[in-house]
Amino acid sequence: MNDINVGKTPLLQIEGLTKFFGGLRAVSDFNLSINSGELVGLIGPNGAGKTTVFNQITGIYLPTKGTVKFNGINLVGFEPHEITRTGIGRTFQNIRLFSNLSVLDNVRIAFHPQSGYSMFDSILSTSRFFKREQEIIEKAQELLEVMNLSRFQNEIARNLPYGEQRRVEIARALACQPQLLLLDEPAAGMNPKEIMQLMDMIHFVRENFKLTILLIEHQMRVVMGICEYITVMDFGEIIARGNPKEIQDNPKVIEAYLGKGAANAA
Amino acid sequence: MDITAMIFSLVKIVAVIAYLYGLLWVLGVKLKKVEIAGKLVDPSLGVNIFGGVIAFGVIQLALTKFNGFSLLNDFDSGLLYQACTMTMVALGLNLIYGFNGQFSLGQWGFYGIGAYTAADITYRWVNGDSRGLVVVGVGVIIGGLVILLIGKFLSNLRRMPVLSSFTLYLIGSILAGVVAVYAGKLAAPLLDPFLGDSLNKGVLAQGLPMQVVFFLAVVFAGIFAAEVSFLFGLPVLSLGSDYFGIATLGFSIVVYTLMVNSDTILPFPEMKGGRGMIGIPKLTTWFWAFLFLVLVIVIMRNIIRSSTGRSILSVREDETAARSMGIDVARTKLMSFVIGSFFAGIGGGVYAHFIGFLSPGAFDFLVGFNPLIIIVFGGLGSMTGTITASFGWIFFLEGMLREILGKISPEAPSWRYVLYPLTLLLLMLVRPQGLLGSVEWGFLKSKIIPLRKSETREGVNNHE
Repeated sequence: MNDINVGKTPLLQIEGLTKFFGGLRAVSDFNLSINSGELVGLIGPNGAGKTTVFNQITGIYLPTKGTVKFNGINLVGFEPHEITRTGIGRTFQNIRLFSNLSVLDNVRIAFHPQSGYSMFDSILSTSRFFKREQEIIEKAQELLEVMNLSRFQNEIARNLPYGEQRRVEIARALACQPQLLLLDEPAAGMNPKEIMQLMDMIHFVRENFKLTILLIEHQMRVVMGICEYITVMDFGEIIARGNPKEIQDNPKVIEAYLGKGAANAA
Repeated sequence: MDITAMIFSLVKIVAVIAYLYGLLWVLGVKLKKVEIAGKLVDPSLGVNIFGGVIAFGVIQLALTKFNGFSLLNDFDSGLLYQACTMTMVALGLNLIYGFNGQFSLGQWGFYGIGAYTAADITYRWVNGDSRGLVVVGVGVIIGGLVILLIGKFLSNLRRMPVLSSFTLYLIGSILAGVVAVYAGKLAAPLLDPFLGDSLNKGVLAQGLPMQVVFFLAVVFAGIFAAEVSFLFGLPVLSLGSDYFGIATLGFSIVVYTLMVNSDTILPFPEMKGGRGMIGIPKLTTWFWAFLFLVLVIVIMRNIIRSSTGRSILSVREDETAARSMGIDVARTKLMSFVIGSFFAGIGGGVYAHFIGFLSPGAFDFLVGFNPLIIIVFGGLGSMTGTITASFGWIFFLEGMLREILGKISPEAPSWRYVLYPLTLLLLMLVRPQGLLGSVEWGFLKSKIIPLRKSETREGVNNHE
């Protein structure tokens, strides 16, 4: 870790996170600590429990055991919407846009907690309603422009091409004003060219929004290309952690991905 | 078959739909700001209100008798009022089901609650008892305050099981109800000099006493229905969609049963149980029907276009994603359910005072499918569709078919329950998304936000 960060409390600190689904142990004793500004990757074969970790961080699943500390506050037991409001934005593995609404509405919905007016303002059409609404539109349009989606503004979300839908999801997550952004397989189903664009974009939003990013990915190219630290999971457990170079040479990781004996062959 | 009668009733349907679209158009007219005496003035609101008044006046004129003849007879005005109340109920249900995605069969129950509550207030009033108004008024206000207070208190507690918070709310509301009844009974004699009643006019009751009482009765009925829906919705809305539907069906049946036994189980002998409540003053005029209809439309449209409305839509689209966007899904569901029931309660209040007779049969859960059919017919998630379908449905089923079939034989009108399902079947085959899908018109149309003027800002460099 960087010397500057020594002694600073990490932005996100996960300790002993465990999740059982009935008798199935999906995640066991998962530890992770992310400092502000880092870009951390979480990789592992299918079914390793990566998304379950995400769902526990964001409160969709209640952890069986363990703590998730964000800015020093234990998030376990918070409702998902409360966790989002503390500053964690996320995207989903299988795109979950509000598919029958326009792209702009998709982004505007994420501004709801910060809308700054009550329902009565909207019923009575007060000047505050119009002012805030205009602000929300401007902020949403700014985000769309940053994500290069301006021309799709009034399109229905489900009509967008796949890559654009992913970008809308990221724009929507950014609208939650997160400090920590969780990206769940952002490159799934993308071709090599789109992946290059995606990597540029992740760098771009990270610098422009001063974000800390935790990312789940299958595509080694993405992970090795942009992550500073990588944690590898298999069967719910951490099997390795380190920087990309270390991970690439780790025999356990090669074994998890390619099978027993592959490490020797390589 | 009488061809002219058929054409005439068809023309009536077309005319009323055209009228509605005109009304929606004139309410939504936007004009450029004009300069009057050096000041920029937006004339739109003035035009909208003026247009609304004209729209009201047109029908009012058609209803007024000149030399014993009016363009629209009593039968037509009945249809109009019926259509107005049906629109309010259906709009409420569309908010719950069409916009928020919660399949509810309980709307008819809240409609019934509204109807009986409002009817009881005015019935007592014309019989010289002002306690009905005072008790219900105090009750809904105290009940609302208690619910708000408990809500404030509970918001500090985390992950409270829904049944525990429900128990708290229930105890709070029951206590509020008891307090309201006693406070109302004590206060009524003291207030009588001010309020007066039908026999002795009080200070406040000069001028238009019945009209004011009627207005208060309808509003209180709406709030009462909303409070009941809050208590009912709190535990039940945590169920998934289909289960919620079954639970609300149960609610409708409970309300129906209570109505049938209102004079035995409930202490309201004036409701006369299954025999039906008679003697309700017929206070609904075109003015009130129109006013409440426009109020409901305006309130609902203003909610839908706001951030709250978008959060309601997001819950329908994807609950998990909505949660992850910081939207309190449980609260949003409850809110739309309560607002929808409020509209139903108001619709019930207006209905009770034009029909003048309430029988539990009118609130049977089978009849309760009508608003559901209407919103599916008009298009889930389209207010314009709901309004069109409500008026079209009433004027087609109760107006056209009854009139035409009635000319064939006295028994023939029963055939309309064969004809309209066939119409429904046909429409669903041809247009499964409903008459209007999710298209809106005029006033209800959401403004298309223009694309942003591109300031050459450094965006993500990822398109060729």
